[in-house]
Amino acid sequence: MTEFIPNTPEDVAEMLAAIGASSIEELFADIPREVLEKHEPLGLEPLSELEVVRELKKIAAENIDPALFVSFLGGGIHDHFIPAVVEHVISRSEFYTAYTPYQPEVSQGTLTWMFEFQTFVCELTGMEVANSSMYDGATALAEALFMASRVTGRQRFLLSEGINPHYREVVRTYAWAADLQLTELPYDGHGQLDREALKEELTPEVGGLLIQSPNFFGVIEDIEGLKKLLGEAFLIVSANPISLGILKPPGEFGADIVVGEGQVLGNPQNFGGPLLGLFATKQKYLRKMPGRLAGQTVDVEGKTGYVMALQTREQHIRRGRATSNICTNEALCSLAATVWLAALGREGLKELAELNLQKAHYLAERIAALKGYRIKFDGPFFNEFVVEAERGPATILKDLRAQRILGGIDLSTYGLENSILVAVTERRTREELDLFAERLKEL
Amino acid sequence: MAYPQEFRYTKEHEWAKSEDGRARVGITDYAQGELGDIVYVELPTEGQEVKQGESFITVESVKAVSDVYAPVSGRVLEVNHELEDKPELVNRSPHDQGWMALIEMADPEELESLMSAEEYEKFIEQGEE
Repeated sequence: MTEFIPNTPEDVAEMLAAIGASSIEELFADIPREVLEKHEPLGLEPLSELEVVRELKKIAAENIDPALFVSFLGGGIHDHFIPAVVEHVISRSEFYTAYTPYQPEVSQGTLTWMFEFQTFVCELTGMEVANSSMYDGATALAEALFMASRVTGRQRFLLSEGINPHYREVVRTYAWAADLQLTELPYDGHGQLDREALKEELTPEVGGLLIQSPNFFGVIEDIEGLKKLLGEAFLIVSANPISLGILKPPGEFGADIVVGEGQVLGNPQNFGGPLLGLFATKQKYLRKMPGRLAGQTVDVEGKTGYVMALQTREQHIRRGRATSNICTNEALCSLAATVWLAALGREGLKELAELNLQKAHYLAERIAALKGYRIKFDGPFFNEFVVEAERGPATILKDLRAQRILGGIDLSTYGLENSILVAVTERRTREELDLFAERLKEL
Repeated sequence: MAYPQEFRYTKEHEWAKSEDGRARVGITDYAQGELGDIVYVELPTEGQEVKQGESFITVESVKAVSDVYAPVSGRVLEVNHELEDKPELVNRSPHDQGWMALIEMADPEELESLMSAEEYEKFIEQGEE
């Protein structure tokens, strides 16, 4: 497939001559030898297009088709219904790119929906400003930590252990690199943040608290109560945007930054990505916010137009002094979210959130009535909950899979023994919920 | 616009005006012209210590966010709070109403290391070529 590799040997020689290097090896001479020696060639043979397609199809056939399974997988990436209009709109060639244009004002259509996306995020979170998206929920949370440190000038932050473990890992990595000090706070028997631990750790040098609600276990946190305890310190909430269809927005409880994973809004599960980070805050912190912002304005003739604002603080302009290293974004994913939200509307989103809540609670009740199973936490939950099982989760999930049911996530991977995280969306029918409970009973 | 004779200038296009051991600081007419419409000035904190050549203010225009470097070392006595609501003053009146900070100089001699109006004009002419 050499036709897809643009540089001919002549091209390479010309480029090397232009920069004064005699060979490719010399060009990369500053890469340490031990790194190069560790690097093994991929062992790819040149193949024809026909052969490549055949090989890739063979590999792809090893995947399982999720449509043939009843799925209760969640943990941050959920199986929600996506109406056909989403795929139709995002597939239009005017929109079909993952990137925000670098000379954006010629792309008024793109800026228009970015502005709409930001408006949706503000309305959902109850905040005043939102950016035009970030990589994912995890990096959005880590960037929120950075921003809180920029605004408060403080270096010590508290992190709830109820937050998705993968998010915490990303946050810890960012904090380590920026010399920020993190203290992790445990959760209590309800599955909510342990208030006593918070009171103990909440010293005057603490810049803020990071929580997730609904948290990794699906349990809704007492955002209002936590903000009261925190006072001036920042409250950073990672929220599931669909839950905000029925729950009071964190902004109304005084949250300072609200972030979240936007995959649930019109983006498929896709084996774990691409995802979509949501980021919203208060107007007064606008210039400390990472990312880009589409703004509405009027042109010389007084007609409504859109511009790209705030990007002047980004890496491609500010280099090392940028507010964040978010130099590209998830434009296509955020377009899908925008179309999805527009298709549902305010009432539609509320109904969808209610369906999630009711179905999840129906299933939880059925499972709780079974011998050998119990619901681990008694805190209020939205569409996800933890089931404690007497039998090992690994065997249960394996048996279910054999019956074409993806029963949830085995939490032993995350240090919680005998526990399965079960997610229910509007896509699950009453029959499927009953089937799941029946199968668990029979195992 | 003429560059005031009594000011001193930096290669980063800041000006400093000596006022009894204090230096009033802003950006030059050339700088504001290059930046375009200024939409926000992030001012330093009063009382903050700055070193000559250190970035202590950021100016945001529709095109870019740029750093303003301290032309002299010392302590920030006052900042121009008027710029918080009227950043356009930097465009309209860069050498007067658009001033940014007043610095209590640690070493007034530092002013001598900066360019005179004549030298600065020559400097920007060369840059333009």
